[in-house]
Amino acid sequence: MDGPALIALLQQAVPGATVESAPSIDLHTSVYVSRDHVLDVARVLRDAANLRFAFLAELTAVDVWPREPRYEVVYVLVSIEHRLRLRMKVRLHGADAHLATVSGIWPAANWLEREVWDLFGIVFDGHPDPRRLLMPEDWEGFPLRKDSPVQIRRPPHVAEALQVTEEEFAANVERDRLTRRG
Amino acid sequence: MGLEAEYEIPVLTTTVEKMVQWARRSSIWPVTFGLACCAIEMMAMSCSRYDIARFGAEVFRGSPRQSDLMIVAGRLSRKMAPALRRIYDQMPEPKWVISMGACASIGGVFDNYAIVQGVDQVVPVDVYVPGCPPRPESLIYGIVQLQQKIARQHLA
Repeated sequence: MDGPALIALLQQAVPGATVESAPSIDLHTSVYVSRDHVLDVARVLRDAANLRFAFLAELTAVDVWPREPRYEVVYVLVSIEHRLRLRMKVRLHGADAHLATVSGIWPAANWLEREVWDLFGIVFDGHPDPRRLLMPEDWEGFPLRKDSPVQIRRPPHVAEALQVTEEEFAANVERDRLTRRG
Repeated sequence: MGLEAEYEIPVLTTTVEKMVQWARRSSIWPVTFGLACCAIEMMAMSCSRYDIARFGAEVFRGSPRQSDLMIVAGRLSRKMAPALRRIYDQMPEPKWVISMGACASIGGVFDNYAIVQGVDQVVPVDVYVPGCPPRPESLIYGIVQLQQKIARQHLA
């Protein structure tokens, strides 16, 4: 299935969705999809009998700052059944960088969306486990944003060693011994 | 001092301090702690071709409780820094640290937000070994430097 046929099919299957061809320098079909219809389009892509994009190969983002809309969330999909590849992109404005999670459609999106949030600060609405994936838990900022500084001169965060006196240590051992016996 | 003549058996005289310094520097046990590609050179140093056993430092311990030396072999990420500090804190005194390679010493080519620009921000470093990565000979030289440093450390 070529690009125009795919776009026509998606527009017919999801009324109101904006699906348009995206520039591509390789042979992959690339489409832009409007933000509000990602979930519906994704469901059609996975479930339609002549598509069956059951495999989410990659989910990442691109920051083209200072142009707006600055973010592109990129979904690389593979249809093993029909031997198709598709690159689906969603454009997002910097001030409004959130879209629906697709982790309910492709479970593989769970950690990939966590990574994109961690590094770009793009919020995935309805994500089941929206924690950081790569950066330290107390990190501030989103390092892969183009306006994020590459070099920071900040002392590394180090947890202090636990300081206990001899009496506290003995008391802890005694408490541990008693609880184990009980 | 004439003791040898007095007892008619082989006797060497020394001081307690020199004895302890000799014992410490002759059995430096490093903790197994490789962070990046420098760790490959560290492994080569401990293997038969370069053979750090000649200097008594071949016993890499899996537990920091049994170690005297931490060779920080590779770039230290900010996320890893608390873990490194914790392993260092778990090592019993006396303990020493070798910062191996450009990344551990000053951040190396990774001058970015994710990498600590020098492990001396996290743990006190005794010997810096330059190189990217240092050859095993360099690291052996660093360990010999550390041995000389230990030999100069007073007990009290």
